Amino acid sequence: VTPAEIPDVAIIGAGVVGTAIARTLARYDLGIVLVDAANDIGTGTTKANTAILHTGFDAVPGSLESRLLRRGSALLAGYAAQAGIPVERTGALLIAWTPEQRQALPGVADKARQNGYASIRAVSADELYQREPHLGPGALAALEIPDESIICPWTTPLAYATEAVRAGVRLRLDSAVTGVRTEDGAHRIDTTRGPLRSRWLVNAAGLGGDRIDAMLGGGGGFTIRPRRGELIVFDKLARPLLGSILLPVPTAQTKGVLVAPTVYGNVLLGPTAEDVEDRSDTATTAAGLAALLKAGARIIPDLVGEQVTATYAGLRAATEHRDYQIRVDPGLRYACVAGIRSTGLSASLGIAEYVVDQMAGAGLPLKQRDSAPDPPVMPYIGQAGLRPYQDARRIAADPDYGRIVCHCERVTRGEIRDALSSAVPPADAHGLRRRTRAMNGRCQGFYCAAAVSAMVAEAGMPGGRGGPA
Amino acid sequence: VNVDVLIAGAGPAGLAAAIELRRLGAGRVLVVDREAEAGGVPRHSAHTGYGLRDLHRVMTGPGYARYYAQAAARAGAQVRTQATVTGWSGPRSVTLTSAEGIETVAAAAVLLATGCRERPRAARLVPGDRPPGVMTTGELQQRVYLHGQRLPGRALVVGAEHVSFSAVVTLAHAGADVIALVTDQPRQQSYAAFALAAAARWRTPVWTSTALRRVSGRDRLDGVELADLRNGAVRFVGCDALVFTGDWIPDHELARLAGVAIDPGTRGPAVDTALETSVPGVFAAGNLVHAAETADVAAAGGRHAARHIAAALRAGPPRAAQRIPVTVAAPLSWISPNALRIPGPPPPRGRFLLRSEVFERTARLEVRQDGRVLATARARLIPGRPVHLGAGWMARAEPSAGPVRVTLR
Repeated sequence: VTPAEIPDVAIIGAGVVGTAIARTLARYDLGIVLVDAANDIGTGTTKANTAILHTGFDAVPGSLESRLLRRGSALLAGYAAQAGIPVERTGALLIAWTPEQRQALPGVADKARQNGYASIRAVSADELYQREPHLGPGALAALEIPDESIICPWTTPLAYATEAVRAGVRLRLDSAVTGVRTEDGAHRIDTTRGPLRSRWLVNAAGLGGDRIDAMLGGGGGFTIRPRRGELIVFDKLARPLLGSILLPVPTAQTKGVLVAPTVYGNVLLGPTAEDVEDRSDTATTAAGLAALLKAGARIIPDLVGEQVTATYAGLRAATEHRDYQIRVDPGLRYACVAGIRSTGLSASLGIAEYVVDQMAGAGLPLKQRDSAPDPPVMPYIGQAGLRPYQDARRIAADPDYGRIVCHCERVTRGEIRDALSSAVPPADAHGLRRRTRAMNGRCQGFYCAAAVSAMVAEAGMPGGRGGPA
Repeated sequence: VNVDVLIAGAGPAGLAAAIELRRLGAGRVLVVDREAEAGGVPRHSAHTGYGLRDLHRVMTGPGYARYYAQAAARAGAQVRTQATVTGWSGPRSVTLTSAEGIETVAAAAVLLATGCRERPRAARLVPGDRPPGVMTTGELQQRVYLHGQRLPGRALVVGAEHVSFSAVVTLAHAGADVIALVTDQPRQQSYAAFALAAAARWRTPVWTSTALRRVSGRDRLDGVELADLRNGAVRFVGCDALVFTGDWIPDHELARLAGVAIDPGTRGPAVDTALETSVPGVFAAGNLVHAAETADVAAAGGRHAARHIAAALRAGPPRAAQRIPVTVAAPLSWISPNALRIPGPPPPRGRFLLRSEVFERTARLEVRQDGRVLATARARLIPGRPVHLGAGWMARAEPSAGPVRVTLR
């Protein structure tokens, strides 16, 4: 490898943070490689969360997280509109169920204002029940946060990665990083698929952030302490049971469980919060699911009468600190972007902007490209807007958009075909699910998994034996 | 598009209804199905035993599906496949998506015959990892019989009812080694002959009183944790495929979107003995109203609904019928139909279908209205298997009195 061929920046971790940094750097005249251990982008914390676009109203005032969350969610709202990322501004209601929680509401409102969020508003029990008639009995009062939104956590990093790849970023998947050292003034990064080199290195490795940091000599002063959150997704028939995101009042004992609509038209209940040792243990537990159902039955009693479409668990990349762990080392030409906790999706573009700015200050030469690409227009997989099966003009132009393959989610043959031949294609049936919603519905493959996996196999991917989990 | 009768679902119930409607002189009958081929679940249920009661010959599932699809076409019904009803645009008009575009179909009467499916692992709240290799019988059959996939390795079947043994046959056909059928019930729920055949031919035992506690395996399925409900002992059993069978739920989305009343027991639309729902002119038949019965029972329900639809069309604009609800109490889980129509036509095949949650060799059913006993009947109860109740007592029900209640004495 001649020095000229050494990429300027290697980003380790193709989650929502790594892909956001990649698309932000790709606007400049730089050679960039984006590395991930998994066979797809966004397979870690990114894919399994509560899918809420937070305003940051409840962040720790004065923290970096508060600042980047506010900036990031504003940037993402604009980006999502351009890129066709499903977002619904449902608003949130933070509900007090006990006198103690009711007493805490003014403090929450104060904190929101300290975080620069002024639109928070007190809501009486009467108004609350008018707005949410299916709410269980006993709610005392609430706060309304009208700008909290729901977002598609799969399309977001995929849009970033698509934009990055179209701008020339090299995506290197299936490459777990096994070591990093300095060689001839550049980083040498050993991966399970061979070594690569770069002048600068960005650590956006999420749950592996402290391990990568240790490979660069450590000094980050943090340890990743994965916190598992289990979630239950209810059938679309439950969607009319609520209008807004229903948040708990955080108390000293517990952060509580929320109920939220999803952009796919389902209802989400969760998360639990459990510290775990194993950084890959995304199993659900009988105790966790039972606790969620109990909490859900109090918030919306009718919810637990509806069918469960899916259960899953995600791991938040928490550390012993209450703030993000971001630092740029000019000597090492290294950016550590760790401890992004549970707000990475909302803050991603704010984090990327901040990190790139810090890297520039540390000596990364940034020369704007002559023609920076526009955000890509992503296939729309939300429920609120017009889907291909509802679009007569699209079907007239291409009848495959009228051929529904996945009946529960109404995914057409045309959409699956498009995903299989996209700029960042799926590597397996799971990746296809995240790109199209196929097989994600109430039947979990009873009707369509065999047909979809035949299409996947036709495209030369492991269709696998038995798709959905 | 305007039709006399729109039928949603080209399975045995929908196709049998179309044939009967045409035989009775109904004009334009349109059957729509979202799948590529008409025929419903029998299309991918390759075992034999179909057709015995309704067509008086022994057929395989695919043969039975073909027979009905061809007969419906011959009878003059229009059958459109790969056409999905996506919603309602009026009480008896729907929106349809297909490769031809988006259409609105208005009908004088609608028959919902959307069938049922097995509840998947997630709906059953089975905790653990979420590897591939976990599926329902429906998915298994389509993989093996429609797409020719092989499934070498060890397989475990969850459930021990008729469909569970059908899954064993399919797995064996696909090259799997079926370790066992696992059920939390104290006994298997199918015919003794099926269990004996599975044990003799494939050495597949039924592990009774055994609960599935956890699925294990990150990238691929490793196995499951099983708990013996008699002594609490937990053991790990390795397997490469896990098939969830039975535990049927009606595919009731379209019915619920129509706003028809839903029966809490069957979870399908509440229907009276003419198989009409709470929305006049909208009928429901087949496994949507009794999940799940065999194909011939579904077909008989379709024909029954067809006769009442034909009568309704002759009678003019749809009107709400007078009816008396029929309910059950635990350990009975549901009854279908779940209302008497006044004046009463009997239910399909002259009897009500019920389900029990418990085994009981000689149970006594009691039919009461406002405390007055209308009838008693003997029944053998097996969870997941049909219990029949004759309808001779219907004439004794008082139209102005309260609901009819069926209980175990």
